[in-house]
Amino acid sequence: MTVTVLLFASFADAFGRSSVELTLDSGATVADVVDQLSTLAPDDRLPPRPLVAVNAEYAEYDVRLNSGDEVALIPPVAGG
Amino acid sequence: MIRAALVSHPIDVGALIAEVADISTGATAVFAGTVRDANEGRPVSGIEYTAYATMAERELLRIAQEAARQFAPLRVVVEHRLGSLELGDVSVGIATAHAHRGPAIEGMRFVIEEIKRRVPIWKRECYVDGTREWVNQVGV
Repeated sequence: MTVTVLLFASFADAFGRSSVELTLDSGATVADVVDQLSTLAPDDRLPPRPLVAVNAEYAEYDVRLNSGDEVALIPPVAGG
Repeated sequence: MIRAALVSHPIDVGALIAEVADISTGATAVFAGTVRDANEGRPVSGIEYTAYATMAERELLRIAQEAARQFAPLRVVVEHRLGSLELGDVSVGIATAHAHRGPAIEGMRFVIEEIKRRVPIWKRECYVDGTREWVNQVGV
């Protein structure tokens, strides 16, 4: 299955783009997405356990993903 | 009444106050976050705000609803601006109104603290020396 991963702020800078398509085994979890992205990130520029959202809601690492889900890596927020 | 929005235009704090105004309320609390000219000793020339817009707008509304429930009956309006802001520009505006001052002020405080804790908005400071950096993400 494939999922789209959105990247923002410093994470987008690290990857040089604002989204990436990942192909995952069925039953894959949020943790699998982070693992796969960590191998793609240049120079260890991704922290070990970034916050993640699935379909625009914060999600734990054991959440199972479905094809077409929108996953987002959330850098430390700085609103206000 | 509850309203939350991300905006790309200047925030009119007076309009937010007018929006929560009601003859049932005796207290209105207002918060305006503004772009200041220095951070940790570095002269700042402006700030660029970006967001995961769909999620940020949803979280903003949820926070306003939580405040309204926790400090009921509370009237809440919150706007957060995105894009390039100049010194002195309002980046976030919050107005709350309640029959009494305690819940009005505490409700306003709740909204700004929760925004800072969990709304997916990021800011990149632009410095007078021409460099730019994401705030809270040094070394990331």
